[in-house]
Amino acid sequence: MDAVTRRKFLIASGVVGGAALVAGAGAYTLHDILATADHPTGGPGDRTLVLVTLYGGNDGLATVIPYADRAYRDARADLAYDTDEVLRLDAETGLNPAMTGMKSLYDRKQLAIVRGVGYPKPDRSHFRSMDIWQTANPVRPVNTGWLGRWLDHAGRDPRSAISLEPVLPPVLAGATCAGAAVPLGGVSVPKSITDADLKALGAASAGESSLQARAAACFADLISVDKLVTDARDADDDDPDHGDDPATGTGGAQATLQAQLDLVARCVEAGVMTRVFSVSQGGFDFHAEARTGQEIQLKTVDAAVSGFLDRMARTERGRKVVVVIYSEFGRRVRANSSDGTDHGTASDMLIAGPAVNGGRLVGDQPSLTDLDDGDLKFHTDFRDVYAAILTDVLGADPDPVLEGWSGRLGGLLHSA
Amino acid sequence: MADRNLVAHLLRRATFGPRAEEIDAAARRDYRAVVAELVAPAKPDTARPLPVFAEDPYFGRAGKLSREQRAAARRAAREQLTTLAQAWLTRMVHTEQQFAEKLVFFWHGHWATSAQKVQSATLMGGQLQTFRAYGRGDFAVLAKAMLRDPALILWLDGQRNTAKGPNENLARELMELFTLGVGAYTEKDVKAAARALTGWTLDRARGAAVFQAGRHAEGDQSVLGGTVRDADSLVDVLLAQPAHPVFLASRLWLRFGSGEPLPAATREAMVTAYGDRRDVSAMLTAMLLDERFAATRGQLVKQPVEWAVGALRQLGVAPTGKSATAVLTGARRMGQVPLRPPSVGGWPSGAAWLTTSSLQMRMKAAATLAAAVPEPNLAPLHEGDADAKVDAAGRLLAVDAWTARTRAALTEAAARPQRLITLALISPEYAVH
Repeated sequence: MDAVTRRKFLIASGVVGGAALVAGAGAYTLHDILATADHPTGGPGDRTLVLVTLYGGNDGLATVIPYADRAYRDARADLAYDTDEVLRLDAETGLNPAMTGMKSLYDRKQLAIVRGVGYPKPDRSHFRSMDIWQTANPVRPVNTGWLGRWLDHAGRDPRSAISLEPVLPPVLAGATCAGAAVPLGGVSVPKSITDADLKALGAASAGESSLQARAAACFADLISVDKLVTDARDADDDDPDHGDDPATGTGGAQATLQAQLDLVARCVEAGVMTRVFSVSQGGFDFHAEARTGQEIQLKTVDAAVSGFLDRMARTERGRKVVVVIYSEFGRRVRANSSDGTDHGTASDMLIAGPAVNGGRLVGDQPSLTDLDDGDLKFHTDFRDVYAAILTDVLGADPDPVLEGWSGRLGGLLHSA
Repeated sequence: MADRNLVAHLLRRATFGPRAEEIDAAARRDYRAVVAELVAPAKPDTARPLPVFAEDPYFGRAGKLSREQRAAARRAAREQLTTLAQAWLTRMVHTEQQFAEKLVFFWHGHWATSAQKVQSATLMGGQLQTFRAYGRGDFAVLAKAMLRDPALILWLDGQRNTAKGPNENLARELMELFTLGVGAYTEKDVKAAARALTGWTLDRARGAAVFQAGRHAEGDQSVLGGTVRDADSLVDVLLAQPAHPVFLASRLWLRFGSGEPLPAATREAMVTAYGDRRDVSAMLTAMLLDERFAATRGQLVKQPVEWAVGALRQLGVAPTGKSATAVLTGARRMGQVPLRPPSVGGWPSGAAWLTTSSLQMRMKAAATLAAAVPEPNLAPLHEGDADAKVDAAGRLLAVDAWTARTRAALTEAAARPQRLITLALISPEYAVH
């Protein structure tokens, strides 16, 4: 409980407009939020979910590699990894050479890899497919995310689920409430603007539009703000280029994954009541020259996540953290002529942490020859995995959240 | 004589932030005449054109560059891009043809291309020029020009799409984000469209798009029931889809009208005006004249660039030097960097901009802007009692009316013009319009 004290953490959090707020259901003021600060979180397992979204369509076949499959070599040609390059998990499967940290987690039985995850009638649009993953509804567009709906049913406290991205992701928007967006760089207010100004501008005013009310509510969230200094800086603050990321931008947080996870680590160690943290990294859309770019991206994720879990392993609270990594789709099995891959379908989900029943590949590698229009056929519906997360990590009933979806992927975590 | 509040609403949406005297002048005219002048301005554009760069650091560089050469080229390209972005902001502030410039900004968010990958001010500037030249006429002309736009081709890997090895990136986004909207086509259509687009590539020596017949997939492709052979026939088939005008109308509505769904009657009026000639200006006119447009007050959140440029215009702060840098920095920290949209899907909209973190950035930028206002422009804020000063701040920033809440906050600050301006700039009434 050092630099980020519970109170400072709470002050820094702000509620972003989800569906409920846009609809004018009223925003939480900081006082409303503080009033519930010391409620016990409780619940079975009392675990914490860290959801890592990889924007742009991460290539599952270059992450968890079926290196021994002849069809893999044929399809991927120059993009294919050789047997002696991969980090071997078994006689057929290996991790991308950049993922040494994840390999070590796998060997320590703290990483489970669920293969062939997808949904029926895959959509190859980045935006629609990411919507489907975040709303858990592949049938029709809806305006609530699956973790937002969990919030609806789990006390509706925005601090229960927070995003460390600049814009609230749809996954945290519920029907009656939304998660909170926490600025990474800490809070500062110019000297010429006083606390009284913030309080005055944050008051509700009758008859104004819901968006204007939302703009006012942002002030309410900053009331009583002192300076919050955190080490978790926005690493890209003064560089609009964000390094030399070669990919087509298809979303994702601006701050590095490392910076986001640093703040998560501090929050978990500080014992905040948050049960769900949403973090992200963009830049996985490699239609061309995929191999080097993909390795750089995976190395960043690998270092950030394995470093985070190493740190988490040192505290009791930290050992209850479960990391889930996913992307909106995998890539086409056959490489294109630009040494890249086009948008695909089924892919892997990575589930990591001490509570995970790890060191396992869950489900078969989908066939690389029996394809759905050039893409892998999924065998595990993503909602089966969500159901397992809801049950085993959040101790929640998946039924109302997943609207009666009955599939469950059992045995993903050790019983609490 | 138009209703002053109504014409103020029109100008807030169709310009980068109207000045009080501009609203006064427009209010003396007929509303329709104001719309006509916005869409087809009679006044010449006297603002300085965007810079053209004599040399691009990457063009014509033969052979493999050394590490140092690459770093130097990257630095030089970045400097040119910063120069271009600042010059564009300056144009947004100064140009008399405000709606035309705002449309360039709209198209920039529609065909959202980022310098992060393109890395060339010449190509990004060229794309803006295409928006300026063709963005108000026949959409087919614009779309055909865009399929020959080197920045867009590079951004969406068009140069890698060949008969031997298709790359679907450009074809997919053309349908999903630029012309039809998601769900209006099948995966088969994407693949066929990608084949139709093969052959277009980049001449790296000149930084120009060229068609190489040897890379083009010969023959007919079937897209959405139509037959296409190349980029132009593909555009013709796509734009003939009933989904197209509806999609474009909804995109325009989202940025100029409201985050609420486009009302059916307004949609009908816009689609009819657009017609077989795909007349973008006619569609815009229909939108701005529609009575439901007039009812959208308070339904749009200003994008950071709109917020910042509007403040510079209304306060008479020069968009050069230190203040321009501060504005660019402010907009960037709020999440909007001109020439660098976050994804091919364009800029966020609505409540996504209303976060505590973007509020902090607005507060910082507001304090900087207020300190840079030339003293003569503050004169109205020195006159009369506190109430009069608060009214004067509303007039200066084109806010029709303050809520009781904000009026109370501003009244406390009325004795100090800079503080008054700072608070008015960060007020909910100024953030949402």
